[in-house]
Formats: sequence, C-alpha cells, structure tokens
Amino acid sequence: MAENEERLRRTMMFVPGNNPAMVKDAGIYGADSIMFDLEDSVSLSEKDAARVLVYEALQTQDYGNAELVVRVNGQDTEFYANDVKAMVKAGIDVIRLPKAESADMVKQLETDILAAEKEFGREEGSTHLMAAIESAKGVLNAPQIAAASDRMIGIALSAEDYTTDMKTHRYPDGAELEFARNMVLHAARAAGVAAFDTVFTNMDDTEGFYRETEYIHQLGFDGKSLVNPRQIEMVNKVYEPTEKEVLNAKNVINAIEEARLKGSGVISMNGQMVDRPVVLRAQRVMRLAKASNLVNEEGNYIEK
Amino acid sequence: MEIKETAVAGTLESSDIQIMISKATDGIQIDLQSDVEKQFGDQIRQVITKTLNDLDITAAKVKAVDKGALDCVIKARTIAAAQRASQTTDQPAWEVL
Amino acid sequence: MKNSVNRDLPEDVMKDLNYKPFESTEIGHPEIQRVAPKVHVSTGDDKVVTSIKQVIKDTLKDGMTISFHHHFRNGDFVFNMVMREIIDAGYKDLTLAPSSLTGVMNDLVIEAIKAGTITHITSSGMRGSLGDFVSHGGLKSPVIFRSHGNRARAIEHGDIKIDVAFLGVPNADALGNANGMEGDAVFGSLGYALMDAQYADKVVLLTDNIVSYPNTPASIKQTQVDYVVKVDKVGDPDKIGSGATRFTKDPKELKIASTVNDVIVNSPYFKDGFSFQTGSGGAALAVTRYLRQAMIDNKIKASFALGGITKPTTDLLKEGLVDKVMDVQDFDKGAAESMHTSANQQEIDASWYADPDNKGAMVDQLDVVILSALEIDTKFNVNVMSGSDGVIRGAIGGHQDAATAKLTIISAPLVRGRIATVVPDVTTVVTPGDSVDVLVTEYGIAINPKRKDLQEALGNLPGVPVYKIEDLQKLAEQKVGKPKPLEFTDRTVAMIEYRDGSIIDTIKEVKD
Repeated sequence: MAENEERLRRTMMFVPGNNPAMVKDAGIYGADSIMFDLEDSVSLSEKDAARVLVYEALQTQDYGNAELVVRVNGQDTEFYANDVKAMVKAGIDVIRLPKAESADMVKQLETDILAAEKEFGREEGSTHLMAAIESAKGVLNAPQIAAASDRMIGIALSAEDYTTDMKTHRYPDGAELEFARNMVLHAARAAGVAAFDTVFTNMDDTEGFYRETEYIHQLGFDGKSLVNPRQIEMVNKVYEPTEKEVLNAKNVINAIEEARLKGSGVISMNGQMVDRPVVLRAQRVMRLAKASNLVNEEGNYIEK
Repeated sequence: MEIKETAVAGTLESSDIQIMISKATDGIQIDLQSDVEKQFGDQIRQVITKTLNDLDITAAKVKAVDKGALDCVIKARTIAAAQRASQTTDQPAWEVL
Repeated sequence: MKNSVNRDLPEDVMKDLNYKPFESTEIGHPEIQRVAPKVHVSTGDDKVVTSIKQVIKDTLKDGMTISFHHHFRNGDFVFNMVMREIIDAGYKDLTLAPSSLTGVMNDLVIEAIKAGTITHITSSGMRGSLGDFVSHGGLKSPVIFRSHGNRARAIEHGDIKIDVAFLGVPNADALGNANGMEGDAVFGSLGYALMDAQYADKVVLLTDNIVSYPNTPASIKQTQVDYVVKVDKVGDPDKIGSGATRFTKDPKELKIASTVNDVIVNSPYFKDGFSFQTGSGGAALAVTRYLRQAMIDNKIKASFALGGITKPTTDLLKEGLVDKVMDVQDFDKGAAESMHTSANQQEIDASWYADPDNKGAMVDQLDVVILSALEIDTKFNVNVMSGSDGVIRGAIGGHQDAATAKLTIISAPLVRGRIATVVPDVTTVVTPGDSVDVLVTEYGIAINPKRKDLQEALGNLPGVPVYKIEDLQKLAEQKVGKPKPLEFTDRTVAMIEYRDGSIIDTIKEVKD
C-alpha cells in the first residue's frame, strides 16, 4: 500500500485527453485529482495524438496541487505499452489501469512502469498506480487487485462497463451497484488504499447527484470520479465535516498533543483510551475541515 | 524522419490547431491561417519549425489552421502529424517529446 | 501631449477639434448652460405621412447632423430604410450621431461613407465590417466615441447638435405620442431616444402601428414630434433580443460568476437596500442567479437595479428581492414586457441614467456594478473598444458611467483563447483605472491598491486567491507567450471621450 494517508481524494475530474481546451484549463477548478483520459473518450484514430497532447501539457501547464492521473488504454490493446512509457516519461503521478481483472494485470503494469522509469531516468517507485474495476471478475478479484502492488493508491468502480458486463444498466436507486460498491470499498480498506465511486453523467439531475454522493460518502468512499467541474463543489460540500465532528476531532488532536508533552505513550480523552483508528479519523476530519475552510491555521473552528 | 504521405493531426475546435504535413523537396514551408497572426504568427511558425527540425525533418509542406492554440498544443499536434506522415506512430520519438 | 493616464494625444487633432486631455474622474460642481431645440409651431394635425423620401426632402440639408436610436439592436429596419433614401437622394457631408451602431447598420454606413453622404460619426461603438473599415482608414475624420451618459451631456451642451432625429417606435398616435412597449417590434425602454426627442430640431417618428389618439403612456410626447411616418415594419421582433437570455453552463464562466458573487457578498456594500447593475450575456446572467441566492440566504433586498435590463433582473423584481428597476434599455422580451406591467419598473432617459452634468444621475447612487473588459492593464485601465488586433470592435456603452459606482467589478477570463485579457498596457484606455476596484478572473482576484478597505474585506475569502495585478499579467503571459506589439500608422481614426468630454485615448489606423 502506498503512502496515501496525506492526500484528500474527494474529487477526480475526468478530462478527455485529445481536447486541448479542456486539457489546458483542467487546473482551475480545484479538483483534488485530475485524470487525463487516453482510453474511452479518445477515438481509435486519435490515440497517438492524445498521448502526445497530454504529454506536452504535463510539461508546461501548471495544475497546482492536484494529483495528476492518466487513464491509459487497456492492457490488451496496441496502445497500452506506449501510453505507459509516455506517461512515466511525462512525470505523471498515477497511472490508472482500466478493466483490471486480476492481481497479475496489476503486477504486469508495475513491471512495465519500472522498465519505463529505468529507460527514462525517472526515480524508481515514483510513479504510482490505480486500478479501475469494470467487470464481475474484477469485482470478485478486487481484494487481490487492491493489494497487488506497493505503488497502488486506490481502486475505482467504473459502473458503465460493469453494469453492461452484468447484463443490466444503471438505475437511479443504484441497487445494481450495491455488491460491486461494497466489494470495491472493502477491498480498498483491507489493502489500505483509497476507494473511488463511479461517474454520474446527468448534469441536469442535481438532486440525484447529491443523493448518490451522500450515499457513497456514508458508505465510506474516499471520493468520486467526475465528468464536469461543476460537480466538484457539490462533492466537497457533501464531504464537509459537521461542526460537531470538527470539534471532536480537535479534542482528539489536543489529547494527542497533551500525551506527547507528558511523554506518555497512552493517549486518553474523557477518561477513555484513544486508539489508532480514532486518531486517524480525527486527522482525516481535520484535513477535510482545512480543505473546506472550516478551520483556521491553528485548527480552530471558524464561526460563520 | 522521412515524410512518406500526407497526414493531419488536430481539429478546428477552439484552442486547437490543425496541422497538415505533406512531402516537399525544398525546406520547410508553412501556410498558416490564424486569428492571432499579428500577435503570434511568427511564434507559431517558430514552434512548428523547431519541432520538425528536432524530428530531423528538413523538408515539408505544412498547412496549419490555428484556433488559438498554446505552444504545447502546437508542438503536440506537429509531432502527431509528423509521426503519422512518416508512418512511425508506433515508435514515438521519445527524445523529441 | 500626454494625458493623466499616460496616453499620447495628437496635438494637431486635439487643437482642431478643441479638445482637452483627460485629467480625472472628478466632475466637480460646474455651472452648465444647456441648449434648446428650434420649434416649428403647428397644431399637429398634419404629422402623419407615408413617404420617408418626402420627409427627408422637407427636413434635411447637406452638412446637417442626423440621429437614430439603437433600441431595436439587430432587429432594426428603420436605420436602413432611412439611410437608403438619404444616400439615394445624394446628400453630402452629414454627421451621423446615433446612440450606437449595430451590425445590421454596417453595410449602409460604409456605403454612405464611400458616397460622401456621411463624413463624420459619433457613436457609443462599432463592430464588424464597419469597425474594420474605419480602423483601416475608411473615414477621413476621426470617429468620436462617447458613453451613453456622455452622449446625453454632449446633446444637452450642444456639442452634438441634432438637426433631424429619425426614431423608430412600435406604436404612435397621429400626433406622435409613443412608447416602446406595445405593438409588434417592442423593445421596452426608449431611454436613449428620449434625448433625441427632447433636443433635436426636427423629430421624425417611424412606426408600423398608428394607434388612436391620445396614446398613453407617452414616453415620447406629441409636443416633441414633427412627423409620424407610417411604414410596413419598423423591426424584426426575433432579432431585438440580445441573444443571451439563459445563464451560461460553461464551467469557467460559472467559476468567475461564483467568485464575483463572493466578492459582492463579502464587500461592505452588501446590505439591505443596496443597488446594483449587471450586464447582459450568459456570464452576467449567471452572476444574477448567484446573487439572487445570496440575497435570499441573507434576507437582503436591493433598493434598485439599474442599466440594461434582462428578464432575470425583472424576475427579481417580481420575487420582491428588488424594489425598483430603473430601465434605460431592455435586452430581452421578458424585460420589455415587465416594464409594461410593473409600476416598479421605471423608464429613465440617458441623462437621468448617467449624465455627469446634471443634478444627480442614477449611476451616482449605484453601489455595485459588474462590467466586462476586452483588456485590463496593470494600472486597472480597461479597454472595451479595440480588439487584440487593434481593430475597432466594441462599444463604450455605459462602462465609464457605471464604473463610478462604489464597487466596480471587472469580470473577465484571464485569457481568451491565446489572447491575454490582463496586459501590461491596454491597447485603448476607455475606462480609467481610478474607477476600477476589483478584477475577477477564473484564477483569482486583484484589488486596486487604492482600496485598502476592500483589501481587508476581501483578503481572506475561502477559495478566492488574491493576486497583485502584475502577477496576474505575468501568469497570463506565461500561458500564452509574449505577443508581437501591434503596428499602427500615425493617422487618428477615432477619439475616445471620457464622460466629461475630455479625451482619454485615441485609436490609430492599423498597419496590416
């Protein structure tokens, strides 16, 4: 599992890789991650052009603090090998493998990435990877996929291809995704990596978008893949911690500091021992609170 | 790199540039159509020429229709068109990228 | 000679036309003497005619000044009908002084210039083929560009002496009582035309709808009108609307609009009873939408909305979020219809709207205005007239006037395609930097250093980075590269007046 506790990954914005206007503007919307796509949003005859365009953009455009991800073409396509090489050379943060069905596929990507890092003089291990689960096989192998590489930062559910594989389609209530969502989520948690939910494409159904985002937030997903910058603000709003959660987190942080000053190995709060999961949750809440501008520099709640 | 056939890369969408490369015998000739000819015409031609030179192309006929593309887009589209024209899309020119 | 925004002004032209260089945005308290029109006395029984040709014959002489309004925008038929007759009749050396020129008028203006019929022009703006023509030296004398408020001032002061005003209206009675609200080609407020009706020596109404006498409400009054010409159609109702009637869906424009809203809401002016002016266009409408929500959330009502009005603004009126709408121009059918039915929507003329030389104009009471820019420079000067290639393609409109508001926000993307909006020096200064308070782009905002109060209020808004404007300019240049400087000849093709009639900049002929 990669060192990924520090990053917030609430929003992963998809950007069609062959679209210069969208590629150059991708950094202005405040997404936690930007995913340049070389796969499904690029036609077969333009795969080469998209690869070069994304490469050049990565050399010159400023994307701020966003995590830069690229979705390469499927491992069984003729484009995969050059995509991986080009993106490693370009300095991408994360390579996303579509249609991941087995741990072996992940290990293959890892091998290909390492070879490219060597070929292009890039620090070995600096390129991370993630896997997209898009089929029944992928879902059932999710636990192995999620744990298949030290470079793994997260796994995502891709509902469009998955529901096709399942011989159904997407419905507003999402029942057809229940099992897959939970498998992906559990696999991610067991492996200690991030879990991403699938895209919501109906831009006119704001209510439906909020409903789905609140649902996956409740389940525990780290974030959601997005197709439109307008959705970023909405997801961030759902992920905003409540005042109660922030105050509680602050208390835990204070208890940790107190224990540290005392030189004590045991952190206690309100007479109860505070263990590691609670500490991690408090740290996560404070990260979210800072990103949502709910707390100031010292971590104190800002009254509205 | 040797130009073997005429090839196009890029679109006429805003912020893009469409580059058509064909064989020539006599140096690099660029026919540029751009709304920002006055302000950036020379710069656009320079990026195209340098990119072609880096690819070891010394003779080519280039027809470019620019819709406000930034330098990185011009370079990318030129490389794509040149690789298509030289039928080398499967072997990306890593050193030039 | 240089003026106070550091622009070089051609001494000979300045002397010939008796102009002073721009000094400051302060108008002060001068004593003004206004002019008055000549009156041809009659009881008004013989005003209705059917021949434009005959009216022109009876009223027009070589060398005169003629005017029109542009309320029909690109659905205007009147201008072309009248100009056709004037050109064919062989008139020479006329001064054209409409409130502005729209695209549909371009062809005939160019033809008239080439025929020597028109030798001088004053307008709020020009675009398309006409702007191109003038920028390439097609007109011998420089065009005088004036804001709406300044045109009113110039008319009242006699700088513009209108001999014959040709005003198209969708209804009129036999004596000339008319308004812009009923009929076929309705457009709502007659705000600009009211100046011509009041001050022109001869006022000619053209209408396709003669109604029974007396016609009310009478924006243009029978006491002002000399002729009522019955024509087939005065305008195309489908082309009058300015196009953008729905707020934009473009994520970049939405981000800018959302930031503009943040700036307004966190400024010292966002309180019950505040007043505002937004523009038209999809991005401005998006601002109206966000502002509406902020007003509801904070239980704040506006005392008035001002300027060119759109349906989203009149919807706020209906909702009770805005008390009054002060209407100098309507941009769409919805706004025009609302004026018809709402007692709280008041038609105002251009002088009431923005004339600096009266006893208080609406813009003097304005709290917040949102304006656009083709370019803005590191001194916060704004260009809305000349394109990035140096060619005339815009209009001052009410920009200089409304920019005197307490909080002037310029809303614009950092770059448009490969053209930077934020530049070291604008190609043409239209609105001086002293009037401009905040620039809002998709990357963040810049605050005029003169406004320490705003720097404090807006310095720490979540998600709104504050830049020095010089840094925004560098950011823009980093993205697009450094453009080659534009080349012009020595010939002055246009003078840009500031509201007080002084010269703030000039436009030179482009060198191709």
